[in-house]
Amino acid sequence: MPPRLLEVDNLNAYYGKSHILRGVTFHVDEGEIVGLLGRNGVGRSTTIKAIMGNVPPRGSIRLRGEEIAGLPPYQTARKGLGYVPETRDIFPGLTVKQNLQLGEKPGEVGGRWTMEDMFGMFPQLKDRADTRAGFLSGGEQQMLTICRTLMGDPSLVMIDEPTEGLSPMMVEHVARLLDEIAKRGVAILLVEQKLTIALKISHRLYVMGHGKIVFEGTPAELSSADAIRKEWLEV
Amino acid sequence: MLQLITFSALNGVLYGMLLFMMASGLTLIFSMMGVLNFAHASFYMLGAYFGFEISRRIGFWPGLVLAPLLVGAVGALVERYGLRRVHRLGHVSELLFTFGLAFVIEEMVQMVWGKLPVDYRGPPSLDFVAFRLFDTTYPAYRMFMLSVAVAMFVVLLALLTRTRVGLIIQAALTHPDMVAMLGHNVPRIFMLVFGAGAALAGLAGVIAGPALVTQPAMATLLGPILFVVIVVGGLGSLTGAFVASLLIGLLQTFAVAMNFSLAEVFGPTAPPFLDDLWRVTIAQLAPVMPYILLVLVLIVRPTGLMGTRES
Repeated sequence: MPPRLLEVDNLNAYYGKSHILRGVTFHVDEGEIVGLLGRNGVGRSTTIKAIMGNVPPRGSIRLRGEEIAGLPPYQTARKGLGYVPETRDIFPGLTVKQNLQLGEKPGEVGGRWTMEDMFGMFPQLKDRADTRAGFLSGGEQQMLTICRTLMGDPSLVMIDEPTEGLSPMMVEHVARLLDEIAKRGVAILLVEQKLTIALKISHRLYVMGHGKIVFEGTPAELSSADAIRKEWLEV
Repeated sequence: MLQLITFSALNGVLYGMLLFMMASGLTLIFSMMGVLNFAHASFYMLGAYFGFEISRRIGFWPGLVLAPLLVGAVGALVERYGLRRVHRLGHVSELLFTFGLAFVIEEMVQMVWGKLPVDYRGPPSLDFVAFRLFDTTYPAYRMFMLSVAVAMFVVLLALLTRTRVGLIIQAALTHPDMVAMLGHNVPRIFMLVFGAGAALAGLAGVIAGPALVTQPAMATLLGPILFVVIVVGGLGSLTGAFVASLLIGLLQTFAVAMNFSLAEVFGPTAPPFLDDLWRVTIAQLAPVMPYILLVLVLIVRPTGLMGTRES
């Protein structure tokens, strides 16, 4: 059996003295959309940050069998992990086009995605290619962040709450895009608080509670697991 | 009057451009790494002394090229083996580190070159009068300083806005973590910017050394003004640093040239109280001017002229 795309094994992380992640174990396969759900503060974002190397991890993180735990963020990114933060973090003073250019990794030619692909998926971005990214709307900024990460040709994109603060129409749009990205062979780890989009597009789901994985299953299984939803997800 | 305005304006712009050569590096380093580099003016002093030493052995022109490169290398090493290690201990440690470094550099300069000013001179080929207006002359060396400063400004601007590294630096000014997560080696960019900033300060030192005085106190004299420049301009704003440099350069030069007091302006209508205060000439106030400007800007616009950040 070939090694899994991403395999996280007994991951622990700390902020100062507080123990945030207490042995998180999960995996993502090639081309899969995996949802990582949970209420605020259970450690979803910390999990991604620990994988990227922004928070020092303890435990094992393997990308296609290669141990990457503890690498600095720029090396994790070069190994093929992409991160779309909840805060979006577009570069407001640069134009849309320049933002996309910075998504390309140094010394890399002929990635899977070109700027034309991005503009094809999001005609709005093409119209505003020379606009400063700071002037884009929230939805446009979200698209730009996703596109910017894709420009680096990642094998796995980890997306933190992509639908936060977007209009229902925009949420639909983002969901379609994520589906499209996965069909092109890029795996997605979708971190969400709300069930809606995650249930719709994920192939498999994990639910987190108190720094651990408390549920693993398909969207259908989670839909029927009322007790899990009540205890760990619903407010 | 015309000659006073012309020469003060020229000198003011020149002084302002010199300030900008240092403030630009300082403000870039601050917004990228969050480090207020107290040793920045020391790199300027190192530039002057390196320039002096090289010009004494092989001439001024090689010094103009080599000294900034050497200072840049020192800066890059300081970042790589000093600041980067201190970084994980937090901002206070970084501040203390650069603060201590300023003292170390000053002491070392005194040990090698002594406490007295050294005899650093410009090249004989620039030892002529550039132009004459009425009965006052303007030295060619000052015109040379001005052109070096302007050339540096153009190159810096082109690098930052036209090259990929420049784009990465601009992006890292606001979001260094995000830039790293796109696969760019941010620690190396930090080292590069720190080294380039030090080299720019060094270049300022090389060309200012012969015109001003090359002495161990030159860093301490200039350092505070630099901080005024970047705070007035807005921390982290390059445009702001440019405007503030010119503003302070002109303000100080014009103030020095104005040899009259408020009492003379008001004549007999001058208020009768605080008699001595009104008799202080504007020229005497010149050294305080930047700080008065600093206080005014902080009252009216705490983020600085072009700054966006609150802290």
